[in-house]
Amino acid sequence: MERPLTQNIDRGREPLGLKAYEAAGGYQAVRKVLTEMTPEQVTKAVKDSGLRGRGGAGFPTGLKWSFVPMGDDAPHPKYLVCNADEMEPGTFKDRVLLEGDPHLMVESMIVAGYAMGADVGYIFLRWAYRLADRRLRAAIAEATAAGYLGDNILGSGYSLTLHVHVSAGRYICGEETALLNSLEGRRATPRAKPPFPQVSGLWGKPTIVQNVETLCNVPHVINRGADWFRGLSRTEEGGTKLYGVSGRVKNPGCWELPMGTPIREIVEEHAGGMQDGLKLRGLLPGGASTDFLVEEHFDTPMDYTSIQAAGSRMGTGTMILLDDGNCPVGMALNMQNFFARESCGWCTPCRDGLPWIEKLLQAIENGDGHADDLDLLDAHARDLGPGNTFCALAPGAMEPLHSGLKFFRQDFERHIAGKGCPWS
Amino acid sequence: MLSDQVQKEIRGELEHYPTPRAACIEALKIVQKHERWVSDEALQEVAALIGIAAAELEGVATFYNLIYRQPVGEHVILLCDSVSCWLTGCEKIRSGLRERLGVDYGQTTADGRYTLLPMACLGNCDHAPSLMIDEDLHQDLTPEALDGILEEVE
Repeated sequence: MERPLTQNIDRGREPLGLKAYEAAGGYQAVRKVLTEMTPEQVTKAVKDSGLRGRGGAGFPTGLKWSFVPMGDDAPHPKYLVCNADEMEPGTFKDRVLLEGDPHLMVESMIVAGYAMGADVGYIFLRWAYRLADRRLRAAIAEATAAGYLGDNILGSGYSLTLHVHVSAGRYICGEETALLNSLEGRRATPRAKPPFPQVSGLWGKPTIVQNVETLCNVPHVINRGADWFRGLSRTEEGGTKLYGVSGRVKNPGCWELPMGTPIREIVEEHAGGMQDGLKLRGLLPGGASTDFLVEEHFDTPMDYTSIQAAGSRMGTGTMILLDDGNCPVGMALNMQNFFARESCGWCTPCRDGLPWIEKLLQAIENGDGHADDLDLLDAHARDLGPGNTFCALAPGAMEPLHSGLKFFRQDFERHIAGKGCPWS
Repeated sequence: MLSDQVQKEIRGELEHYPTPRAACIEALKIVQKHERWVSDEALQEVAALIGIAAAELEGVATFYNLIYRQPVGEHVILLCDSVSCWLTGCEKIRSGLRERLGVDYGQTTADGRYTLLPMACLGNCDHAPSLMIDEDLHQDLTPEALDGILEEVE
Protein backbone atom coordinates (compact mmCIF):
# COMPACT_ATOMS: atom_id res chain seq x y z
CA MET A 1 0.00 0.00 0.00
CA GLU A 2 1.41 3.39 -1.01
CA ARG A 3 1.62 6.17 1.56
CA PRO A 4 2.76 9.25 -0.40
CA LEU A 5 2.03 11.77 2.36
CA THR A 6 3.89 9.95 5.11
CA GLN A 7 6.52 8.01 3.11
CA ASN A 8 9.36 10.07 4.59
CA ILE A 9 7.97 10.18 8.11
CA ASP A 10 9.36 8.26 11.03
CA ARG A 11 8.23 9.92 14.25
CA GLY A 12 11.15 8.33 16.08
CA ARG A 13 13.79 10.42 14.32
CA GLU A 14 14.45 13.92 13.00
CA PRO A 15 12.69 14.76 9.71
CA LEU A 16 14.62 14.57 6.43
CA GLY A 17 16.90 17.53 5.77
CA LEU A 18 17.19 19.05 2.32
CA LYS A 19 19.74 16.60 0.90
CA ALA A 20 17.96 13.51 2.18
CA TYR A 21 14.61 14.89 1.02
CA GLU A 22 16.02 15.49 -2.47
CA ALA A 23 17.54 12.01 -2.51
CA ALA A 24 14.07 10.61 -1.74
CA GLY A 25 12.69 12.37 -4.83
CA GLY A 26 11.91 15.66 -3.14
CA TYR A 27 11.63 18.96 -5.05
CA GLN A 28 11.13 17.01 -8.30
CA ALA A 29 7.61 18.48 -8.54
CA VAL A 30 9.04 21.99 -8.23
CA ARG A 31 11.52 21.29 -11.04
CA LYS A 32 8.80 19.74 -13.16
CA VAL A 33 6.27 22.55 -12.89
CA LEU A 34 8.87 25.29 -13.35
CA THR A 35 10.41 23.74 -16.44
CA GLU A 36 7.64 21.77 -18.12
CA MET A 37 4.25 23.13 -17.10
CA THR A 38 2.24 26.34 -17.25
CA PRO A 39 0.36 27.41 -14.10
CA GLU A 40 -2.90 26.48 -15.83
CA GLN A 41 -1.60 22.96 -16.50
CA VAL A 42 -0.77 22.54 -12.81
CA THR A 43 -4.28 23.60 -11.82
CA LYS A 44 -5.75 21.25 -14.41
CA ALA A 45 -3.70 18.34 -13.09
CA VAL A 46 -5.02 19.01 -9.58
CA LYS A 47 -8.56 19.31 -10.92
CA ASP A 48 -8.25 16.02 -12.82
CA SER A 49 -7.02 14.24 -9.69
CA GLY A 50 -10.31 14.94 -7.90
CA LEU A 51 -8.41 16.16 -4.82
CA ARG A 52 -10.79 17.65 -2.25
CA GLY A 53 -9.91 19.91 0.68
CA ARG A 54 -8.76 17.94 3.72
CA GLY A 55 -9.42 20.71 6.25
CA GLY A 56 -13.03 19.72 6.79
CA ALA A 57 -15.23 21.18 4.08
CA GLY A 58 -14.06 18.94 1.23
CA PHE A 59 -14.24 21.59 -1.49
CA PRO A 60 -12.63 20.48 -4.80
CA THR A 61 -9.11 21.92 -4.73
CA GLY A 62 -8.51 22.47 -8.46
CA LEU A 63 -11.87 24.22 -8.80
CA LYS A 64 -10.95 26.56 -5.93
CA TRP A 65 -7.69 27.47 -7.67
CA SER A 66 -9.43 28.09 -10.99
CA PHE A 67 -11.22 31.15 -9.52
CA VAL A 68 -7.93 33.05 -9.06
CA PRO A 69 -7.43 35.79 -11.67
CA MET A 70 -4.49 34.81 -13.91
CA GLY A 71 -2.58 36.52 -16.70
CA ASP A 72 -0.64 39.75 -17.06
CA ASP A 73 -3.40 42.03 -15.82
CA ALA A 74 -4.15 40.00 -12.66
CA PRO A 75 -3.77 41.96 -9.42
CA HIS A 76 -0.54 41.47 -7.48
CA PRO A 77 0.79 40.58 -5.01
CA LYS A 78 -1.16 37.35 -4.78
CA TYR A 79 -1.01 35.30 -1.62
CA LEU A 80 -0.98 31.61 -0.83
CA VAL A 81 -1.87 30.85 2.78
CA CYS A 82 -1.46 27.45 4.32
CA ASN A 83 -4.01 26.87 7.06
CA ALA A 84 -1.94 25.08 9.70
CA ASP A 85 -4.14 26.29 12.55
CA GLU A 86 -5.34 22.74 13.30
CA MET A 87 -7.65 23.45 16.25
CA GLU A 88 -10.68 21.27 15.57
CA PRO A 89 -11.03 19.24 18.78
CA GLY A 90 -9.90 15.67 18.25
CA THR A 91 -7.75 16.56 15.23
CA PHE A 92 -4.02 15.88 15.16
CA LYS A 93 -3.24 14.90 11.57
CA ASP A 94 -1.58 18.04 10.19
CA ARG A 95 0.81 17.99 13.13
CA VAL A 96 2.12 14.65 11.80
CA LEU A 97 2.95 16.20 8.41
CA LEU A 98 4.32 19.50 9.72
CA GLU A 99 6.62 17.87 12.23
CA GLY A 100 7.39 14.81 10.16
CA ASP A 101 8.20 16.18 6.70
CA PRO A 102 8.59 19.98 6.70
CA HIS A 103 10.25 19.99 3.27
CA LEU A 104 7.13 18.38 1.77
CA MET A 105 5.17 21.33 3.18
CA VAL A 106 7.63 23.81 1.67
CA GLU A 107 7.64 22.05 -1.70
CA SER A 108 3.83 21.98 -1.70
CA MET A 109 3.71 25.73 -1.12
CA ILE A 110 6.05 26.36 -4.06
CA VAL A 111 4.09 24.14 -6.47
CA ALA A 112 0.70 25.54 -5.42
CA GLY A 113 2.14 29.06 -5.36
CA TYR A 114 3.34 28.66 -8.95
CA ALA A 115 -0.10 27.43 -10.05
CA MET A 116 -1.85 30.55 -8.76
CA GLY A 117 1.02 32.96 -9.41
CA ALA A 118 1.52 33.73 -5.72
CA ASP A 119 4.22 36.23 -4.77
CA VAL A 120 4.14 35.62 -1.03
CA GLY A 121 3.21 32.59 1.04
CA TYR A 122 2.27 32.42 4.71
CA ILE A 123 2.04 29.28 6.80
CA PHE A 124 -0.49 30.19 9.49
CA LEU A 125 0.59 27.93 12.32
CA ARG A 126 -1.08 27.48 15.67
CA TRP A 127 1.06 28.49 18.63
CA ALA A 128 0.99 25.10 20.32
CA TYR A 129 2.94 23.43 17.48
CA ARG A 130 6.35 24.55 18.75
CA LEU A 131 8.29 21.66 17.20
CA ALA A 132 6.62 22.18 13.81
CA ASP A 133 7.51 25.87 14.02
CA ARG A 134 11.22 25.14 14.51
CA ARG A 135 11.31 22.47 11.82
CA LEU A 136 9.43 24.56 9.24
CA ARG A 137 11.74 27.52 9.75
CA ALA A 138 14.77 25.27 9.34
CA ALA A 139 13.33 23.80 6.14
CA ILE A 140 12.50 27.24 4.73
CA ALA A 141 16.06 28.42 5.44
CA GLU A 142 17.52 25.36 3.70
CA ALA A 143 15.18 25.68 0.72
CA THR A 144 15.96 29.39 0.37
CA ALA A 145 19.71 28.74 0.45
CA ALA A 146 19.29 26.09 -2.24
CA GLY A 147 17.38 28.45 -4.54
CA TYR A 148 13.94 26.82 -4.18
CA LEU A 149 12.55 29.97 -2.55
CA GLY A 150 13.21 33.65 -3.12
CA ASP A 151 13.76 35.52 -6.37
CA ASN A 152 13.86 33.73 -9.72
CA ILE A 153 13.54 30.17 -8.39
CA LEU A 154 15.93 27.82 -10.23
CA GLY A 155 16.26 30.45 -12.98
CA SER A 156 12.59 30.07 -13.95
CA GLY A 157 11.56 33.68 -13.48
CA TYR A 158 9.06 32.65 -10.77
CA SER A 159 9.62 34.17 -7.30
CA LEU A 160 8.07 33.25 -3.96
CA THR A 161 8.80 34.43 -0.44
CA LEU A 162 7.59 32.17 2.35
CA HIS A 163 6.89 33.16 5.98
CA VAL A 164 5.71 31.30 9.05
CA HIS A 165 3.08 33.23 11.02
CA VAL A 166 2.50 31.87 14.51
CA SER A 167 -1.00 32.48 15.80
CA ALA A 168 -1.95 33.76 19.26
CA GLY A 169 -4.83 31.33 19.73
CA ARG A 170 -8.61 31.12 19.05
CA TYR A 171 -10.36 28.32 17.17
CA ILE A 172 -12.12 30.75 14.83
CA CYS A 173 -8.77 31.45 13.12
CA GLY A 174 -9.30 28.17 11.26
CA GLU A 175 -12.21 29.77 9.36
CA GLU A 176 -10.46 31.02 6.25
CA THR A 177 -11.68 34.62 6.23
CA ALA A 178 -11.17 34.99 9.99
CA LEU A 179 -7.66 33.69 9.41
CA LEU A 180 -7.08 36.44 6.84
CA ASN A 181 -8.23 39.10 9.32
CA SER A 182 -5.87 37.63 11.88
CA LEU A 183 -2.97 37.74 9.41
CA GLU A 184 -3.75 41.40 8.80
CA GLY A 185 -3.39 42.05 12.52
CA ARG A 186 -7.09 42.29 13.33
CA ARG A 187 -9.59 40.48 15.53
CA ALA A 188 -10.26 37.14 13.87
CA THR A 189 -13.90 37.66 12.94
CA PRO A 190 -15.07 36.06 9.69
CA ARG A 191 -15.73 38.17 6.60
CA ALA A 192 -18.83 38.16 4.44
CA LYS A 193 -18.59 36.00 1.31
CA PRO A 194 -18.69 36.97 -1.54
CA PRO A 195 -16.20 38.31 -2.39
CA PHE A 196 -14.34 35.04 -2.03
CA PRO A 197 -10.67 35.13 -1.03
CA GLN A 198 -9.56 33.82 -4.43
CA VAL A 199 -10.61 37.20 -5.83
CA SER A 200 -10.31 39.50 -2.82
CA GLY A 201 -8.51 37.99 0.13
CA LEU A 202 -5.48 39.10 2.09
CA TRP A 203 -5.22 42.91 1.85
CA GLY A 204 -7.85 42.71 -0.88
CA LYS A 205 -5.63 40.68 -3.20
CA PRO A 206 -6.25 37.24 -4.75
CA THR A 207 -5.61 34.64 -2.07
CA ILE A 208 -5.90 30.90 -1.66
CA VAL A 209 -6.25 29.43 1.82
CA GLN A 210 -5.59 25.71 1.85
CA ASN A 211 -5.19 23.07 4.53
CA VAL A 212 -1.83 21.38 5.20
CA GLU A 213 -2.85 17.86 4.17
CA THR A 214 -4.52 19.09 0.98
CA LEU A 215 -1.38 20.95 -0.11
CA CYS A 216 0.90 18.02 0.73
CA ASN A 217 -0.93 15.91 -1.86
CA VAL A 218 -0.11 18.34 -4.67
CA PRO A 219 3.57 17.47 -5.39
CA HIS A 220 2.59 13.79 -5.61
CA VAL A 221 -0.25 14.53 -8.02
CA ILE A 222 2.23 16.46 -10.19
CA ASN A 223 4.87 13.71 -10.11
CA ARG A 224 2.62 10.69 -10.51
CA GLY A 225 -0.52 12.00 -12.25
CA ALA A 226 -4.27 12.01 -11.74
CA ASP A 227 -4.85 8.34 -12.61
CA TRP A 228 -2.31 7.15 -10.06
CA PHE A 229 -3.88 9.44 -7.45
CA ARG A 230 -7.39 8.15 -8.08
CA GLY A 231 -6.09 4.59 -7.93
CA LEU A 232 -4.87 5.05 -4.36
CA SER A 233 -8.44 5.17 -3.13
CA ARG A 234 -10.92 2.38 -2.34
CA THR A 235 -13.84 4.53 -3.53
CA GLU A 236 -14.61 7.15 -6.17
CA GLU A 237 -12.82 9.90 -4.26
CA GLY A 238 -9.12 9.97 -5.03
CA GLY A 239 -6.04 9.66 -2.88
CA THR A 240 -5.12 8.55 0.58
CA LYS A 241 -6.37 10.13 3.79
CA LEU A 242 -4.83 10.70 7.18
CA TYR A 243 -7.31 9.08 9.54
CA GLY A 244 -7.06 9.38 13.28
CA VAL A 245 -8.70 7.84 16.31
CA SER A 246 -8.82 9.28 19.82
CA GLY A 247 -10.76 8.30 22.91
CA ARG A 248 -10.44 5.19 25.05
CA VAL A 249 -9.16 2.74 22.44
CA LYS A 250 -6.17 0.45 22.84
CA ASN A 251 -4.00 2.20 20.29
CA PRO A 252 -5.00 5.79 19.52
CA GLY A 253 -3.15 7.23 16.55
CA CYS A 254 -3.06 8.60 13.03
CA TRP A 255 -2.60 6.49 9.89
CA GLU A 256 -2.40 7.23 6.18
CA LEU A 257 -4.82 4.81 4.51
CA PRO A 258 -6.65 4.58 1.20
CA MET A 259 -9.53 7.03 0.97
CA GLY A 260 -12.73 5.17 1.74
CA THR A 261 -11.36 2.77 4.35
CA PRO A 262 -14.41 1.73 6.42
CA ILE A 263 -14.87 3.12 9.94
CA ARG A 264 -14.87 -0.33 11.56
CA GLU A 265 -11.56 -1.26 9.95
CA ILE A 266 -9.91 1.94 11.18
CA VAL A 267 -11.25 1.53 14.71
CA GLU A 268 -10.61 -2.19 15.08
CA GLU A 269 -7.53 -2.97 12.99
CA HIS A 270 -5.60 0.24 13.41
CA ALA A 271 -6.79 1.65 16.74
CA GLY A 272 -6.99 -1.87 18.22
CA GLY A 273 -10.61 -1.58 19.35
CA MET A 274 -11.87 -0.31 22.70
CA GLN A 275 -9.90 -0.66 25.92
CA ASP A 276 -10.85 -3.74 27.93
CA GLY A 277 -14.22 -3.49 29.62
CA LEU A 278 -15.44 -0.58 27.50
CA LYS A 279 -18.03 -0.61 24.75
CA LEU A 280 -18.17 1.82 21.82
CA ARG A 281 -21.42 3.80 21.82
CA GLY A 282 -20.86 6.28 19.01
CA LEU A 283 -18.28 8.43 17.32
CA LEU A 284 -17.75 11.80 15.71
CA PRO A 285 -16.11 10.93 12.37
CA GLY A 286 -14.14 14.11 11.77
CA GLY A 287 -13.76 16.37 14.78
CA ALA A 288 -16.10 17.95 17.32
CA SER A 289 -18.23 19.72 14.72
CA THR A 290 -19.49 16.59 12.96
CA ASP A 291 -22.62 14.54 13.67
CA PHE A 292 -22.48 11.38 15.76
CA LEU A 293 -22.51 8.05 13.97
CA VAL A 294 -23.51 4.83 15.78
CA GLU A 295 -23.20 1.05 15.35
CA GLU A 296 -25.46 0.88 12.28
CA HIS A 297 -23.04 3.22 10.43
CA PHE A 298 -19.72 1.58 11.29
CA ASP A 299 -19.34 -0.24 7.97
CA THR A 300 -19.53 3.06 6.07
CA PRO A 301 -16.44 3.93 4.00
CA MET A 302 -14.70 7.05 5.29
CA ASP A 303 -15.05 9.37 2.34
CA TYR A 304 -16.95 12.62 1.84
CA THR A 305 -19.94 11.21 -0.03
CA SER A 306 -20.47 8.07 2.05
CA ILE A 307 -20.23 9.79 5.43
CA GLN A 308 -22.59 12.50 4.26
CA ALA A 309 -25.07 9.85 3.10
CA ALA A 310 -24.83 8.30 6.58
CA GLY A 311 -25.91 11.63 8.10
CA SER A 312 -22.63 13.21 9.13
CA ARG A 313 -19.55 14.81 7.57
CA MET A 314 -16.07 13.39 7.15
CA GLY A 315 -14.68 16.70 8.45
CA THR A 316 -11.01 16.25 9.23
CA GLY A 317 -11.21 12.44 9.20
CA THR A 318 -9.98 12.18 12.78
CA MET A 319 -12.59 10.34 14.84
CA ILE A 320 -13.51 10.86 18.47
CA LEU A 321 -14.95 7.77 20.17
CA LEU A 322 -17.53 7.81 22.97
CA ASP A 323 -17.33 4.74 25.21
CA ASP A 324 -19.97 3.51 27.65
CA GLY A 325 -17.90 4.61 30.66
CA ASN A 326 -18.31 8.26 29.67
CA CYS A 327 -21.53 10.27 29.88
CA PRO A 328 -23.02 11.50 26.56
CA VAL A 329 -24.48 14.59 28.30
CA GLY A 330 -21.11 15.38 29.82
CA MET A 331 -19.47 15.01 26.41
CA ALA A 332 -22.07 17.32 24.86
CA LEU A 333 -21.50 19.84 27.65
CA ASN A 334 -17.74 19.70 27.15
CA MET A 335 -18.08 20.42 23.43
CA GLN A 336 -20.66 23.21 23.82
CA ASN A 337 -18.43 24.81 26.46
CA PHE A 338 -15.66 24.78 23.87
CA PHE A 339 -17.80 26.29 21.11
CA ALA A 340 -19.29 28.95 23.42
CA ARG A 341 -15.82 29.94 24.57
CA GLU A 342 -14.41 30.01 21.05
CA SER A 343 -17.27 31.95 19.42
CA CYS A 344 -15.82 35.20 18.09
CA GLY A 345 -18.91 37.07 19.29
CA TRP A 346 -19.60 38.69 15.95
CA CYS A 347 -23.17 37.47 15.35
CA THR A 348 -25.92 37.23 17.95
CA PRO A 349 -27.19 33.63 17.51
CA CYS A 350 -23.72 32.24 18.09
CA ARG A 351 -22.62 34.70 20.79
CA ASP A 352 -25.81 34.33 22.87
CA GLY A 353 -27.13 30.95 21.76
CA LEU A 354 -24.08 28.83 22.54
CA PRO A 355 -23.75 29.99 26.19
CA TRP A 356 -27.49 29.36 26.66
CA ILE A 357 -27.07 25.80 25.37
CA GLU A 358 -24.07 25.33 27.64
CA LYS A 359 -26.11 26.47 30.67
CA LEU A 360 -28.99 24.13 29.82
CA LEU A 361 -26.61 21.19 29.49
CA GLN A 362 -24.83 22.11 32.71
CA ALA A 363 -28.17 22.18 34.53
CA ILE A 364 -29.14 18.78 33.13
CA GLU A 365 -25.75 17.33 34.07
CA ASN A 366 -26.08 18.80 37.61
CA GLY A 367 -29.54 17.27 38.07
CA ASP A 368 -31.40 20.58 37.73
CA GLY A 369 -32.86 19.90 34.27
CA HIS A 370 -36.53 20.22 33.35
CA ALA A 371 -38.53 18.07 30.95
CA ASP A 372 -38.96 20.93 28.48
CA ASP A 373 -35.19 21.63 28.38
CA LEU A 374 -34.84 19.02 25.67
CA ASP A 375 -37.33 20.89 23.49
CA LEU A 376 -35.31 24.05 24.03
CA LEU A 377 -32.14 22.22 23.02
CA ASP A 378 -33.87 20.81 19.93
CA ALA A 379 -34.98 24.34 19.00
CA HIS A 380 -31.45 25.68 19.38
CA ALA A 381 -30.05 22.85 17.29
CA ARG A 382 -32.37 24.03 14.49
CA ASP A 383 -32.07 27.79 15.00
CA LEU A 384 -28.27 27.85 15.13
CA GLY A 385 -28.08 25.65 12.05
CA PRO A 386 -26.93 26.57 8.54
CA GLY A 387 -28.24 29.87 7.18
CA ASN A 388 -28.92 31.58 10.49
CA THR A 389 -25.40 32.55 11.52
CA PHE A 390 -22.55 34.53 9.98
CA CYS A 391 -20.16 31.58 9.63
CA ALA A 392 -20.04 27.82 10.11
CA LEU A 393 -18.95 27.76 13.78
CA ALA A 394 -22.40 27.53 15.37
CA PRO A 395 -23.87 25.19 12.72
CA GLY A 396 -20.83 22.98 13.29
CA ALA A 397 -21.45 23.07 17.03
CA MET A 398 -25.04 21.98 16.44
CA GLU A 399 -24.06 18.83 14.54
CA PRO A 400 -22.96 16.77 17.57
CA LEU A 401 -25.75 18.32 19.69
CA HIS A 402 -28.54 17.53 17.26
CA SER A 403 -27.33 13.98 16.61
CA GLY A 404 -26.44 13.43 20.29
CA LEU A 405 -30.00 14.34 21.29
CA LYS A 406 -31.25 11.88 18.70
CA PHE A 407 -29.04 8.89 19.47
CA PHE A 408 -28.65 9.36 23.24
CA ARG A 409 -32.10 10.76 24.06
CA GLN A 410 -32.66 8.24 26.84
CA ASP A 411 -29.47 9.32 28.57
CA PHE A 412 -30.61 12.95 28.56
CA GLU A 413 -34.03 11.87 29.91
CA ARG A 414 -32.42 9.76 32.65
CA HIS A 415 -30.47 12.80 33.84
CA ILE A 416 -33.66 14.84 34.09
CA ALA A 417 -35.86 12.14 35.64
CA GLY A 418 -33.17 10.94 38.04
CA LYS A 419 -32.02 14.48 38.90
CA GLY A 420 -28.36 13.82 38.24
CA CYS A 421 -25.72 12.13 36.15
CA PRO A 422 -25.79 8.32 36.30
CA TRP A 423 -22.06 8.28 35.53
CA SER A 424 -20.91 10.50 38.39
CA MET B 1 9.52 51.64 28.46
CA LEU B 2 10.07 49.00 25.77
CA SER B 3 13.67 47.84 25.82
CA ASP B 4 15.93 48.36 22.81
CA GLN B 5 15.88 44.62 22.23
CA VAL B 6 12.06 44.49 22.13
CA GLN B 7 11.90 47.47 19.78
CA LYS B 8 14.51 45.89 17.52
CA GLU B 9 12.63 42.60 17.33
CA ILE B 10 9.34 44.36 16.57
CA ARG B 11 10.97 46.39 13.77
CA GLY B 12 12.34 43.13 12.34
CA GLU B 13 8.83 41.67 12.18
CA LEU B 14 7.48 44.68 10.30
CA GLU B 15 9.45 43.52 7.26
CA HIS B 16 7.40 40.35 6.92
CA TYR B 17 4.11 42.14 6.21
CA PRO B 18 3.01 44.79 3.70
CA THR B 19 1.33 46.91 6.42
CA PRO B 20 2.77 47.70 9.87
CA ARG B 21 -0.55 46.84 11.48
CA ALA B 22 -0.22 43.22 10.42
CA ALA B 23 2.78 42.83 12.71
CA CYS B 24 0.83 43.91 15.80
CA ILE B 25 0.06 40.40 17.10
CA GLU B 26 3.67 39.42 16.62
CA ALA B 27 4.71 42.62 18.42
CA LEU B 28 2.51 41.78 21.41
CA LYS B 29 4.04 38.29 21.48
CA ILE B 30 7.52 39.79 21.49
CA VAL B 31 6.64 41.99 24.47
CA GLN B 32 5.23 38.94 26.22
CA LYS B 33 8.32 36.85 25.52
CA HIS B 34 10.39 39.39 27.45
CA GLU B 35 7.87 40.64 30.04
CA ARG B 36 5.58 37.56 30.39
CA TRP B 37 2.48 39.76 29.90
CA VAL B 38 1.39 42.96 28.17
CA SER B 39 0.92 45.90 30.52
CA ASP B 40 -1.11 49.03 29.67
CA GLU B 41 2.13 50.96 29.25
CA ALA B 42 3.63 48.36 26.91
CA LEU B 43 0.43 48.23 24.88
CA GLN B 44 0.45 51.99 24.38
CA GLU B 45 4.09 51.98 23.35
CA VAL B 46 3.61 49.15 20.88
CA ALA B 47 0.62 50.99 19.38
CA ALA B 48 2.74 54.12 18.96
CA LEU B 49 5.62 52.16 17.46
CA ILE B 50 3.34 50.48 14.91
CA GLY B 51 1.26 53.55 14.27
CA ILE B 52 -2.25 52.40 15.24
CA ALA B 53 -4.57 53.63 17.99
CA ALA B 54 -4.07 52.04 21.41
CA ALA B 55 -7.78 51.21 21.53
CA GLU B 56 -7.48 49.31 18.25
CA LEU B 57 -4.54 47.33 19.58
CA GLU B 58 -6.43 46.64 22.82
CA GLY B 59 -9.27 45.18 20.74
CA VAL B 60 -6.79 42.81 19.12
CA ALA B 61 -4.91 42.01 22.34
CA THR B 62 -8.05 41.03 24.24
CA PHE B 63 -9.35 38.84 21.40
CA TYR B 64 -6.51 36.33 21.44
CA ASN B 65 -6.35 34.02 24.43
CA LEU B 66 -2.57 33.63 24.27
CA ILE B 67 -1.97 37.36 24.69
CA TYR B 68 -2.01 37.99 28.43
CA ARG B 69 -3.33 41.37 29.52
CA GLN B 70 -2.96 40.41 33.18
CA PRO B 71 0.22 39.31 34.94
CA VAL B 72 0.91 35.58 34.81
CA GLY B 73 3.24 33.41 36.84
CA GLU B 74 6.78 32.43 35.90
CA HIS B 75 5.39 29.31 34.26
CA VAL B 76 2.06 29.06 32.46
CA ILE B 77 0.33 25.68 32.50
CA LEU B 78 -2.06 25.23 29.58
CA LEU B 79 -4.25 22.22 30.28
CA CYS B 80 -6.15 20.88 27.27
CA ASP B 81 -9.83 20.58 28.24
CA SER B 82 -11.21 19.66 24.80
CA VAL B 83 -13.20 16.56 24.07
CA SER B 84 -10.52 13.87 23.54
CA CYS B 85 -8.77 14.93 26.74
CA TRP B 86 -12.13 15.10 28.55
CA LEU B 87 -12.92 11.52 27.50
CA THR B 88 -9.56 10.35 28.83
CA GLY B 89 -9.68 12.17 32.15
CA CYS B 90 -8.47 15.78 31.97
CA GLU B 91 -10.74 16.68 34.90
CA LYS B 92 -8.64 14.38 37.08
CA ILE B 93 -5.53 16.22 35.91
CA ARG B 94 -7.19 19.52 36.75
CA SER B 95 -7.96 18.23 40.28
CA GLY B 96 -4.42 16.92 40.56
CA LEU B 97 -3.01 20.34 39.74
CA ARG B 98 -5.46 22.00 42.14
CA GLU B 99 -4.31 19.70 44.95
CA ARG B 100 -0.63 20.24 44.24
CA LEU B 101 -0.62 23.96 43.44
CA GLY B 102 -3.77 25.25 45.09
CA VAL B 103 -4.99 26.98 41.93
CA ASP B 104 -7.79 26.47 39.42
CA TYR B 105 -8.28 27.91 35.93
CA GLY B 106 -7.37 31.59 35.70
CA GLN B 107 -5.43 31.65 38.97
CA THR B 108 -1.77 32.15 39.84
CA THR B 109 -0.03 30.52 42.80
CA ALA B 110 0.65 32.81 45.78
CA ASP B 111 4.40 32.56 45.16
CA GLY B 112 3.93 33.69 41.55
CA ARG B 113 5.42 30.48 40.15
CA TYR B 114 2.48 29.07 38.16
CA THR B 115 -0.62 30.22 36.33
CA LEU B 116 -3.14 27.56 35.29
CA LEU B 117 -5.26 28.11 32.19
CA PRO B 118 -7.63 25.92 30.16
CA MET B 119 -6.52 25.37 26.58
CA ALA B 120 -8.38 24.45 23.40
CA CYS B 121 -7.44 21.10 21.85
CA LEU B 122 -3.64 20.82 21.66
CA GLY B 123 -3.76 18.55 18.62
CA ASN B 124 -2.16 15.75 20.58
CA CYS B 125 -5.29 13.63 20.99
CA ASP B 126 -3.54 10.29 20.43
CA HIS B 127 -1.64 11.02 23.65
CA ALA B 128 -4.50 12.49 25.69
CA PRO B 129 -4.68 13.92 28.26
CA SER B 130 -2.06 16.53 27.40
CA LEU B 131 -0.85 19.87 28.72
CA MET B 132 1.85 22.39 27.96
CA ILE B 133 4.04 24.11 30.50
CA ASP B 134 5.49 27.14 28.76
CA GLU B 135 6.72 25.68 25.45
CA ASP B 136 6.98 22.05 26.54
CA LEU B 137 4.35 19.43 25.79
CA HIS B 138 3.54 16.72 28.36
CA GLN B 139 1.33 13.84 27.33
CA ASP B 140 -0.39 10.59 28.38
CA LEU B 141 -0.92 12.29 31.73
CA THR B 142 -1.98 10.68 34.97
CA PRO B 143 -2.42 12.60 38.26
CA GLU B 144 0.53 10.62 39.64
CA ALA B 145 2.80 11.78 36.80
CA LEU B 146 2.24 15.44 37.73
CA ASP B 147 4.79 15.31 40.57
CA GLY B 148 7.60 14.37 38.22
CA ILE B 149 6.55 16.94 35.63
CA LEU B 150 6.43 19.78 38.17
CA GLU B 151 9.74 18.67 39.64
CA GLU B 152 11.30 18.87 36.18
CA VAL B 153 10.14 22.49 35.86
CA GLU B 154 11.67 23.36 39.24
